[in-house]
Amino acid sequence: MTIERADIEKLAELARIEINEATIAETTQSIADVLALVDQLQAADTEGVEPMAHPSDAVQRLRADEVTESNHRDDFQAIAPATEAGLYLVPKVID
Amino acid sequence: MNNSIMHNKTIADIIAGLDAGEFTSVEITQHYLKRIQQLDSTYNSYITINEASALAQAEAADKRRAEGNAPAFCGVPIAHKDIFCTNGVRTSCGSKMLDNFVPPYDATVVENFARAGAVILGKTNMDEFAMGSSNETSFYGPVKNPWDTNTVPGGSSGGSATAVAAHLAPGATATDTGGSIRQPAALCGITGLKPTYGRVSRWGMIAFASSLDQGGPMAHTAEDCALMLNIMAGFDPKDSTSIDRDVPDYTENLNQSLEGLKVGVPKEYFDEGLNPGTEKAVRDALAELEKQGATLVSISLPHSKLAVPAYYVIAPAEASANLSRFDGSRYGYRCEDPKDLRDMYMRTRGEGFGDEVKRRILVGAYCLSAGYYDAYYRKAQQARRLIKQDFVDAFETVDVIMGPTAPSPAFEFGAKGKDPVAMYLEDIYTIATNLAGLPGMSVPCGFVDNKPVGLQIIGNYFDESQMLNVAHQFQQTTDWHKQAPEGIEIGGAE
Repeated sequence: MTIERADIEKLAELARIEINEATIAETTQSIADVLALVDQLQAADTEGVEPMAHPSDAVQRLRADEVTESNHRDDFQAIAPATEAGLYLVPKVID
Repeated sequence: MNNSIMHNKTIADIIAGLDAGEFTSVEITQHYLKRIQQLDSTYNSYITINEASALAQAEAADKRRAEGNAPAFCGVPIAHKDIFCTNGVRTSCGSKMLDNFVPPYDATVVENFARAGAVILGKTNMDEFAMGSSNETSFYGPVKNPWDTNTVPGGSSGGSATAVAAHLAPGATATDTGGSIRQPAALCGITGLKPTYGRVSRWGMIAFASSLDQGGPMAHTAEDCALMLNIMAGFDPKDSTSIDRDVPDYTENLNQSLEGLKVGVPKEYFDEGLNPGTEKAVRDALAELEKQGATLVSISLPHSKLAVPAYYVIAPAEASANLSRFDGSRYGYRCEDPKDLRDMYMRTRGEGFGDEVKRRILVGAYCLSAGYYDAYYRKAQQARRLIKQDFVDAFETVDVIMGPTAPSPAFEFGAKGKDPVAMYLEDIYTIATNLAGLPGMSVPCGFVDNKPVGLQIIGNYFDESQMLNVAHQFQQTTDWHKQAPEGIEIGGAE
């Protein structure tokens, strides 16, 4: 399938990545190249093959429901771009 | 002793020298720090140098040793790839996004080395978020290959590989998602090991593709990799994909004879894309192992051609999910004066990520988007099982599998141009082992035009000991791993 500029704009919106006007043609071309590479997969006969998510087919381990961590909020917020009264500050979402 | 060549020592030598009181940790740490100051402006292998903390750790190590209380790596200087979180030390992952990120905690691997008494010289350069095979995608500029500074060191662990090759650290930690330990080890003429998936904790190791990422050691010798793996390996309840399995002493089997060893040689790893000089060096290495009593068995891994395409669905898909956390809210880069939340996300990520990272996130988002999931992600996961089954079948009849690590020696900066696919094919022989979750190594086995060549050894699941045994025995009768680049003075035999 072919990838067009509009597809890249949609993906960029979905992934929340600004792609500037100057590079969008190049980005479109390079992503088309990568997708042409991965399209080689379509020739593989995978009829009836169980998809593999973990090399040892291990499943997610559950742990006991116990408190294991102490509160590190101050440490975490010390490296945040903006905080106030223990909260993370971001631009206003609702007017 | 002659201080000027202190840096020619292996980790095993350093441990023995410290034990025997030939030198102190402060002396050898100062020696390495001085070398880094003098030489690394040429190579750019370090992003951060821990001068003050390294000396404090060395002093503490000397004190512990004097008290007769020295753990395994007490006073041994190493470097960490800048993908491992280090409490209080900036951890950038080679990205502008994390240029200001100082983690409030240590990765498990970092904690393990700290507990073992290691001295951390600094954090090594890398491709941004470990995405690359040349180190050209680092926000901190490319690393230069000490064998030829016009060529790349490979990637993504090019900083760790170069730091070891230029004797700016005797060993370094690294990570491998599609070849990022083995390919730079090959291109820089050092030894590197990617363990079985689940063997080394991923906790605190910044995630790229979670079902493929695995940390491992880089050093000059297989013996040093074994010593480092002894510290790195083990179950970690904090990593939900860590496997709870006993850790052997990886140095235990190093000296076993290779008599009777069956080496599988896959025909798919000697195809038309392989540099003839690389092929010759690898074939000569296989002949050397035959001399030691190993038998070569021709095998086929029929689904090898699916590995690169399957990887470039699975790795970007997982990356697009993992890297969604970098949004300017809680840590790392935030764009200037965002006008609303959407603008903050779009510009933070547009400005904070480099081109290759953005490309992979977009490819991943595409493969996971509605209507394409089955055709891409599910299909790639099915191909992954076929690739794994090839190896499982092969290991029915052979003990290890060998071939080239990379298709050719180090290439010049910019040589792979703007076509990302040309770069992706650098990992054509390494990617399948990540998809299968198998352990792999690269060991120096010769030169083409004065550029190092790596021999790849692929082991069975959790059989790192066998790979290390083979690599160590190979290094007993060859000296490729003892060569140093021109301009790196390591002196003669002592």
